[in-house]
Amino acid sequence: MSQSYETVIGLEVHVQLTTNTKIFCGCSKDFGQTPNSQTCPVCLGLPGALPVLNQQVVELAIKTGLATNCQIAPRSIFARKNYFYPDLPKGYQISQFELPICEHGWLDIDLENGERKRIGITRAHMEEDAGKLIHGDTPQTAGNSLVDLNRACTPLLEIVSEPDMRSADEAIDYLKKLHQIVVYLGVCDGNLEEGSFRCDANVSVRPYDQEEFGTRAEVKNINSFRFIKQAIEYEVERQIDLIEGGGKVVQETRLFDSDTGMTRSMRGKEDAHDYRYFPDPDLVPLVISPEWIEKVRATLPELPEVKRGRFVEELGMSDYDAGVLASDRALADYFDACVALGSDAKSCANWIMGEILRKLKETDTEITDVPITPELLTGLLARIADNTISGKIAKTVFEKMWQNGQSADQIIDAEGLKQVTDSGAIEALVDEVVAANPDQVAEYLGGKDKLIGFFVGKVMQASQGKANPGMVNQLLKKKLTGN
Amino acid sequence: MTVYDLTLAELRAKLDKRELSAVEVTKTYLDRIAATNPALNTFITICNETALAEAQAADQAIAEGKAQALTGLPIAAKDIFNTAGLRTTCASRILDNYVSPYDATAIARIKEQKAVIIGKLNMDEFAMGSSNENSAFGPVRNPWNQDLVPGGSSGGSAASVAARQAVAALGTDTGGSIRQPASHCSVVGLKPTYGRVSRYGVIAYASSLDQVGPVTRDVRDCALMLQAIAGYDPADSTSVNTPVADYQSNLTGNLKGLKIGLPKEYFIEGLDDDVRKAVEQAAEKYRELGAEIIEVSLPHTSYAVACYYLIATAEASSNLARYDGVRYGLRAENAENLVDMYMQTRAAGFGSEVKRRIMLGTYALSSGYYDAYYLKAQKVRTLIRQDFLNAFETVDALLTPVAPTPAFALGEKVNDPLQMYLSDIYTIPVNLAGTCAMSLPCGFSTDERPIGLQLIGKPFDEATLLRTAHAYEQATEWHKRKTEF
Amino acid sequence: MKITRTEVEHVSRLARLALSAEELDSLTGEMDAILGYVEQLATLDTEGIVPTAHAVPMENAFRPDEVKVGFTAEQALSNAPDAAESAFRVGRIIE
Repeated sequence: MSQSYETVIGLEVHVQLTTNTKIFCGCSKDFGQTPNSQTCPVCLGLPGALPVLNQQVVELAIKTGLATNCQIAPRSIFARKNYFYPDLPKGYQISQFELPICEHGWLDIDLENGERKRIGITRAHMEEDAGKLIHGDTPQTAGNSLVDLNRACTPLLEIVSEPDMRSADEAIDYLKKLHQIVVYLGVCDGNLEEGSFRCDANVSVRPYDQEEFGTRAEVKNINSFRFIKQAIEYEVERQIDLIEGGGKVVQETRLFDSDTGMTRSMRGKEDAHDYRYFPDPDLVPLVISPEWIEKVRATLPELPEVKRGRFVEELGMSDYDAGVLASDRALADYFDACVALGSDAKSCANWIMGEILRKLKETDTEITDVPITPELLTGLLARIADNTISGKIAKTVFEKMWQNGQSADQIIDAEGLKQVTDSGAIEALVDEVVAANPDQVAEYLGGKDKLIGFFVGKVMQASQGKANPGMVNQLLKKKLTGN
Repeated sequence: MTVYDLTLAELRAKLDKRELSAVEVTKTYLDRIAATNPALNTFITICNETALAEAQAADQAIAEGKAQALTGLPIAAKDIFNTAGLRTTCASRILDNYVSPYDATAIARIKEQKAVIIGKLNMDEFAMGSSNENSAFGPVRNPWNQDLVPGGSSGGSAASVAARQAVAALGTDTGGSIRQPASHCSVVGLKPTYGRVSRYGVIAYASSLDQVGPVTRDVRDCALMLQAIAGYDPADSTSVNTPVADYQSNLTGNLKGLKIGLPKEYFIEGLDDDVRKAVEQAAEKYRELGAEIIEVSLPHTSYAVACYYLIATAEASSNLARYDGVRYGLRAENAENLVDMYMQTRAAGFGSEVKRRIMLGTYALSSGYYDAYYLKAQKVRTLIRQDFLNAFETVDALLTPVAPTPAFALGEKVNDPLQMYLSDIYTIPVNLAGTCAMSLPCGFSTDERPIGLQLIGKPFDEATLLRTAHAYEQATEWHKRKTEF
Repeated sequence: MKITRTEVEHVSRLARLALSAEELDSLTGEMDAILGYVEQLATLDTEGIVPTAHAVPMENAFRPDEVKVGFTAEQALSNAPDAAESAFRVGRIIE
């Protein structure tokens, strides 16, 4: 039955910006502090207090706008959104309504069928966050709600998409893309669980032959990518069931409950439909010059999509490898640093995606804290390339390097791991092995070619892994077949 | 002459010569307040302990040769200013027991000079009113005649200075709230240009119109007070970073070449005869002093009250949303739920004029009406502002009445809000235009009610405004008349 | 009539202001009179006029992103009608 309905999704993402202080006052936005200890007259909404805009918030908003292909408004203004709620100290939220800082942007997502789809970004605007309501659960507070205003007035950028997505998967693709960009830019820490990247979904359905959109419900409180899929799919089912049952979808705000996987109507906000927006007379127009925009543009890092393309085209990497490396800015920076130091792109990528990522995971370390610097890794790769050590020995060197931070050369010298390429020395070992294993020699000569591996292993063992495997192979064959 | 008859400048000289100590001066004032406040009801809070401690600190500073213009002088502040550690009520039940944890910038600046904060003054609740009858703490009475209103909303500021309960006072002016009571009480009141004095810590009524200013005995004192509080404040985004002149040194008495405009729209029907006569005589005096008097036109004047009551109430409806019973102030007991708590708290906490303006402002911003009311008013505001800018192309200042009538009787207009609003017709356009203006004594009606003269100056040209006022004051005796209090 | 009693009641709810029946009656009359008075603005042609938000032209007031010491929790709660566990306490809110 649901095949006859099309899903329409628009997303509103609240990105918490990585500033030191709140958007309109100098309070620190350190979390996990005693409730109400990160406050001042401004964020408590005391009588007479006035807001002053944090310039860094504007910088980060411009940055995000540029990275999402938005036009940056030469003049934008702050407005008051009026409603009453205990977590909203002034009785209004300072936001932007008419004239937001960013408009008319877009992001491309890759569909499963290999096509690209452009998702429009209507606008992005700066605003202040509300405080936190905690439900009391101690004898002192049971049956009460507690208001903590430490989070009040922290800076948010709300990024509003066009209703361009047609499935939960498209919505997730868009969100992941946006998430990657804001984390890449360093404008957001990207932590969904802690609410640094929050998503509200406007979901509606319509019969395929209908042109106008159906009535939408706004689903709030979705704090993981997994839940977004769940919430949207539940909501789509609910709306189709409603319509099929002869009912009507009402425009409302619904809360997603991750325990049940369902959405439910929010009673508390029923009155808040008339926000009475008007320009905030306590704040002045924000005027952004083309020079300012260009200055910010110059600080933009290479974005993941561009980086990925460069890895493929300039370094000849596979699309997959390029994608993995480009997905994380610090990882990509690490890779770029190695290549710049002279590492071979392909083997470097293999080492990063293999040994480095494995070891990071094992030791629960971030790439930014990796003990093997790009210089060290490049040194190691060079010793493999010039046959000083084998790939296998290299892994031993790598382990040592991780522990003591010494260079490949230092470790190779200290441990005596230099590859033996002296054919006389290798030949002596080959002779020993051949002499000691007459039965296997006979079998090999009888046609069991695979036994060559056995001999190579024995010789490598005898050389403590240091013999050049290529030479061992060559010399063995020569010795065994006599030519 | 008694201590409390001295002006700020005169007291300064006596303190500097050690003829008086700040403690003596402060004690004199505290005694006088104690004796006169029951009759006038000018003070909401009297700072008996803290004022004396501040006076001692001031005497110390004077002894160390560190005296500044306001050091040791008892100054009272409208109860709209946040004062750290002192009760700050805005004359509202909703803030009845509110003790502010911080100082407004204007307060901090006079405290830096070691002025003595002698008390917090009565006012119309949240600065909404023109008679000081809208106070949760009862009306202020006019010291010239206790049956009259002192004007509002800074009624306590004007009455306390007129009654010599403070050497000077701070007030705020959103639609005439300094100038009109100054006029009704025969003292000097100045509304600086919007952005000249920080609004930080001043409880907001209408943010785009509110401005802090002094109320004083004479123009020199006014210059000294403005000097102390004027100037850029990074804590107020609408504070303007433009140079502050040396106001006192500009009081030269020289009006040669000055052009003063008389806006014809201000001298129309409804203007009391005594007021008209007094203002016309003042114009004549200016002519004698060498100024050129020119008739000008401010064609959109008649729209100003309507424009003001939409903008001011819209902003107020939002500014007063924070009084919700959650973080401070009154909270209604026994509410059924959250919405009920809000509705009962605000019903119990606000007086009828505040409720009326919140309602009007909420309506003006509500869905479907924004364009017709708020946005329309902002466009009309542009026209009104342009009127002034056009007039200032030809004149340096404007001379007008402050109010259409002298002070009216207590209770006379309380039941007709629209009539009350219309009494602000001459002061409101200045706030809409954002420029500076002041009120100074220019006579008395036949029944001995004070009359004030309004001078309106160019934006940020308070220096010329004060010079123009000072020259008139020097040539007249009105400011020397004292109430019997 | 510019405004009805029902509209006044709706506005009072938006403004979170409980009004008695008498207050509703008198406010309806007063607001009607004031709205009638402000109607004169509609007669002015404001086509193409830029609205004035601030009488003095101003733009770009910023604060550097530097931490300033604010209140302790005790100071923040010093005027609270009700507080517990370092937070403002209100009745249970059901979302």
